[in-house]
Amino acid sequence: MLHDMNDGDSVMIRSRGLTKVFGSIRAVDGIDFDIGKGEAFGFLGPNGAGKSTAMRMIAGVSRRSSGDLTILGMDPNRYGPDIRGHLGVVPQQDNLDTDIRVRDNLIVYGRYFGLPLSYLRTKADELLEFAQLEDKAGAKVESLSGGMKRRLTIARALVNEPEILLLDEPTTGLDPQARHILWDRLFRLKESGVTLVITTHYMDEAEQLCDRLMVMDKGRIMAEGTPANLIRRYSSREVVELRFGSDRNEDAAKRLEGTGDRIEVLPDRVLIYTDDGERDLERIVAGGMRPVTTLVRRSSLEDVFLRLTGRSLVE
Amino acid sequence: MRARSEAASLLSARRSRKAMLFGTWYVAEHGLRTMSSYVTTIITGSIFNPLIYLFALGIGIGSYIDANAGGIGQQGVSYLTFVGPALLASAGLTAAFEETTYVVMGGFRWSRIFWAMNATPLRGSQIANGVLLAAGFRIVFTVVAFWLFLFAFGAAPSPWAPLAIPAAILSALAFGAVMMAIACRIEDDDSWFSIIYRLVIAPMFLFSGTFFPVERYPLGLRWIAWISPLWHGSQLGRVASYGLEQPAWLVMVHLGYLVALLAIGMRLSHTGFERRLSK
Ligand SMILES: Nc1ncnc2c1ncn2[C@@H]1O[C@H](COP(=O)(O)OP(=O)(O)O)[C@@H](O)[C@H]1O
Ligand SMILES: [Mg+2]
Repeated sequence: MLHDMNDGDSVMIRSRGLTKVFGSIRAVDGIDFDIGKGEAFGFLGPNGAGKSTAMRMIAGVSRRSSGDLTILGMDPNRYGPDIRGHLGVVPQQDNLDTDIRVRDNLIVYGRYFGLPLSYLRTKADELLEFAQLEDKAGAKVESLSGGMKRRLTIARALVNEPEILLLDEPTTGLDPQARHILWDRLFRLKESGVTLVITTHYMDEAEQLCDRLMVMDKGRIMAEGTPANLIRRYSSREVVELRFGSDRNEDAAKRLEGTGDRIEVLPDRVLIYTDDGERDLERIVAGGMRPVTTLVRRSSLEDVFLRLTGRSLVE
Repeated sequence: MRARSEAASLLSARRSRKAMLFGTWYVAEHGLRTMSSYVTTIITGSIFNPLIYLFALGIGIGSYIDANAGGIGQQGVSYLTFVGPALLASAGLTAAFEETTYVVMGGFRWSRIFWAMNATPLRGSQIANGVLLAAGFRIVFTVVAFWLFLFAFGAAPSPWAPLAIPAAILSALAFGAVMMAIACRIEDDDSWFSIIYRLVIAPMFLFSGTFFPVERYPLGLRWIAWISPLWHGSQLGRVASYGLEQPAWLVMVHLGYLVALLAIGMRLSHTGFERRLSK
C-alpha cells in the first residue's frame, strides 16, 4: 500500500458516504474508501454484505442513492459512458454471449467500445493466449468449463486495455485447480500495473490477491487494512481449534476459561486465540481434557471476520 | 504522470464518443449476428407465410367473394388486392413482435447480454435503439419478400404500390417500439408475451379492417382499429397499393399516429432500459 491519499493523480476511485437503498434494504450503507493506482483492493464479506451492489456502482452503471463517488476523477452519474471506457468488468454472474463463438465474444465486445476490427483481431488472439484458451477459439461458449468461462470473461474485460479491472467473486463456484489458474492470471495482471478491485467471500482469495482489504457486513465497513495488519489488529497470532462433539463444546468452553486471549464457541468447535498454540494445547491436555480432534493454526481473515461480526464468512 | 493520464483519457474520450455515435449500430450488429443463427427459420417463414395466405385468401375465400359480391373492397378491386396491404403490414408486425419481446427478455434475463453491453460505454437508450434497428432489418426483409409475392399474384396494381412497403415497415416499427417498452418492464415472467399475443395481437388482427372494411364493424368495436397500428398501416398500404380513396387529412392522421406511436414507444423503451440497467 504505497499510494499517497493526497496525491490526486494516484487515487483511481474515491467514495464518501456511498449508499444504495433498495426499498427498505440499505444494501450499501455509507461507505468511504480510496483505491490507489496499481493497487489490488478487496471487498471481503459474506453473501448479502453489499459487495456486488458496491461493485455495480463503481462500474459506473448502478446509480447511487446518496454519497459521493468519483472514478478516475469523474462522477459516474454524469460521465458513466466515459468512465466505462476505462474499466474492465467481470460480473458475479457470467454474461457471455452464448450465440457466438469464443473468439467472437472478444471481438464483438470490443466493438461496443468502438474499437476497430483491425485492432480487435490481434487483440483477441493475444487475450486468448493470456486466458489459455487458444485451442478453444472456435468453440461454443456452452462447451467451456466454469473456469474457462471465467477466464474468457476476464479476457473480454481486458479488450479495451482498462486501467481498472473490477472482479466480482472471480472464483466462486470453481474447483481448487481452476481457482489457482485464475489467481495466477490475476497475479500477472497485477504485476503489469492494472488496478484490481476484487470482491470475495473467500478469505484465502482475499489473502492471496489483495494488498488492502475492506471487511464488509450488512452494507457497512467493519474494518480496513492489509490482510496481515487486519489479522494483527483483530486476532491473535495463532488459533487452537478443539472439537469435543457438538453437545459438549459449550461445557468445554466454560472449563477452558482463562486459556489464551479469547475463546469463541462455534456450533461444531471451540476456538482459542493465543500467541502460542502448542503451549496452550499441551496445558489443556495436561489438565485432563480430552478433545476429539485438535488443530493449531495461524490466524486468518476468517478469524478477523468472526471477531468483528460474531459470525463466520461462509455459512 | 499527469500528462500521460490526460492523453490516455483523451484517447478513450474519443473512443467512447465514437462508441456513442455508433453504439446503436454495434448493438444492431450483435442482433443480426444472433439472427443469423435462425436465419433459415426467418427465410422459410418469409416465403411460406405469404404463400399460405395468398393461396387461402386469393384463390380460396377471395375467388368466392369476388364471384358473389363483386369484390369486398371499395372501387371493385379483387379481394386479394384489398387484404394484401393488411397482410403485408401484419407480417411486419409479427416479425416485430418476435424481435422485441423475447429478444428483450433474453437480453435482460437469459443471456444477460444487455448487462454486458452496459458495462461498456453503451447506454441503455442505445441498446434499445439497436434492438429496434436489428428488428428493422428483419422487418424490411419480411415485408419486401411478402410484397414481391403480392406483386406476383397481381395484388399490387397501382404504380404507387411499392409505397405499401414503407407503410408496413413503419407500422411494424411503431408496434415493435411499444412492445419493447412493455417487454423491458417485465421482470422475468415471459408468459406475459403469450397473454399479450392472445389478448391484444390476435384481436387486433381480426378487428383492424384486415379482412373487411372497418365501416362494417359496429361502432362499439371500431375503436380497436383506430388505436391499432395494424389498421393505420393497412390503410396507408391500401392507398398506395390500389388507390383507396382517403381524404388527405386522414392519410396524415394514419402517418402521424404511427410516427407518434414509434416516438412514444422509443421514449418509454429508453427510460425502461436505463432504469432497469441502473438499478
Ligand atoms: N436489484 C436489487 N433489488 C433489491 N434488492 C437488492 C438488489 N440487489 C441487491 N439487493 C439486496 O441488497 C443486499 C446486498 O446484495 P449484494 O450487493 O448482492 O450482496 P453481495 O454481493 O455481498 O452478496 C442483499 O440484501 C440483496 O438482497
Ligand atoms: Mg455478490
